[in-house]
Amino acid sequence: MLLFLLSVGLTLIFGMLDVINLAHGSFYTLGAYAGLAIAAVTGDFWIALALAPVVVAAVGALIERGCLRALYARGPNAQVLLTFGFIYLFDDLVKWIWGAHVRSMPPPAMLAGSVALGALRFPSYRLFVIVFGLAVAGLLWLLLERTRLGAILRAGVYDREMTAGLGVNVHRVFTGVFAVGAALAAVAGVIAVPIQAAYPGMGVEILVRTLIVVVIGGLGSLKGSLAGSLILGQAETFGKAWFPDTSMFIIYGVMVLVLLARPTGLFGRELR
Amino acid sequence: MPWVAGTYPVKLAQEILIWGIFAMSLDLLVGYAGMISFGHSAFFGLGGYVAALCLKHWSPSLASAVLLPAVAAGVAGLVIGYLSIRVSGVYFIMLTLAFSQMLYAAAFSTEWLGSSDGLPGVPRPSLPGVDLNLTPAFHLYVMVFFALAGVALDRIVRSPFGRVLRGIDDNAHRMAAVGYAVNRFKLVAFVVAAVIAGLAGSLYAQFNGYVSPEMLFWTTSGEALLMVIIGGTRTLAGPVLGAAAFIGLQSLVSSYTERWMLILGAVFIGFVLWAPAGLLGLVQEGAEPRA
Repeated sequence: MLLFLLSVGLTLIFGMLDVINLAHGSFYTLGAYAGLAIAAVTGDFWIALALAPVVVAAVGALIERGCLRALYARGPNAQVLLTFGFIYLFDDLVKWIWGAHVRSMPPPAMLAGSVALGALRFPSYRLFVIVFGLAVAGLLWLLLERTRLGAILRAGVYDREMTAGLGVNVHRVFTGVFAVGAALAAVAGVIAVPIQAAYPGMGVEILVRTLIVVVIGGLGSLKGSLAGSLILGQAETFGKAWFPDTSMFIIYGVMVLVLLARPTGLFGRELR
Repeated sequence: MPWVAGTYPVKLAQEILIWGIFAMSLDLLVGYAGMISFGHSAFFGLGGYVAALCLKHWSPSLASAVLLPAVAAGVAGLVIGYLSIRVSGVYFIMLTLAFSQMLYAAAFSTEWLGSSDGLPGVPRPSLPGVDLNLTPAFHLYVMVFFALAGVALDRIVRSPFGRVLRGIDDNAHRMAAVGYAVNRFKLVAFVVAAVIAGLAGSLYAQFNGYVSPEMLFWTTSGEALLMVIIGGTRTLAGPVLGAAAFIGLQSLVSSYTERWMLILGAVFIGFVLWAPAGLLGLVQEGAEPRA
């Protein structure tokens, strides 16, 4: 579900803006640390979960406005490189502000226990993560399929110029989408802290897996992100159980196979 | 120079030369053929690992140090290139990245490749009459290969083949319509770049005396891309200049503050935004006032 939250943000940004945002992992790191800082001040996990994404969304909006916008005319390659530069910037910034050591926080008190499902017991926080991820997926689906804003977004994914021609302020939509994508990454970041703690390299580490999910599922496809994160999650878990030595290898193998069989991913659209 | 200067500047110069070879080979793809590869580290690392294995376990000869790593990288380039060039743009970036990560994962989890520690104790090859363990000799040795790679790449980009590559970058559809087998040209460029990257990787292994999985990690490709962009794409001097700037900045800034990555990131973003032609572009702009 973490992967899903991350990849959904990435795929939204790509679908709308045609930008592969390599700094997406840095938004994830930033979200985790912002969440830690806010939780340290307020002592409340929920406030952190609500506020950290807002902070990161603002950062994302600034980047889109200040830097990316100037590059739309120069094609996708310049944008990929730009976001790569931001990885260095943010990762070092995080190290500077919060130091390089691993930090953690406990899950909120009401989710600290475990729940019995049939014969098995699960930590309730992990169940919460799954439910929360599904809720976000549902909300996003409603937003995209059932609202006017969603219609504009889908139109923008389909044909950007035509949408602009119909009188939609595409620039504002772009900034919004980038900010929302960043916020989703930050949500994933905050949620991840009680499970796996926060450290400066966490973004770069998860970025590659997120990219794989998005590519397997099809760039720009919400459904694809969900399918991709499920496939990757299963492949990793079973891979670790059955072939512990080669599990890392397997996920890349899955991606290569999918891409060779269906170059646009499982649910991808044709490239323009 | 290397005879008078201390060892630290010489080592720095050797590192710049080796990364310069690597960055030049990447620029053949990025600058000339318009293929942004985030998987070039695959060949750099492969060259390093093959050199390490051959030098340690087979024979400390030039064949293990140069020939086999380059051939191995070329074969890998043929396979990865054949599969990757079928897609373009963002998907090409992703596929190359996936392949290099695959090799990283393989090296990371294979015991006889040293797992996460890599392989230490890589000897330098022994040549008749020359002791490469002496810094000046090794410096000359690196310079020879730097010159060879530079001349070879220069010949390539000036040849009709190089012009076709530029044509593909500018307009692949038109080149195909005119009758060029676009994908075959791309594949050849990919293999050539892989061979030279493999050479650079093998030199890097001999320079350090060890190889580690980090050489294969995708951020290594990213660093080479930084060098290419900072120096200036579609030139051969640019990537070398970029390598010098990158490594120079790294050692200079890191002796004052730990924040060199922050500064590097900011510098890089600045170049992407305001100086897409890189350092060389800035120099040329200063030399000839715009009409």
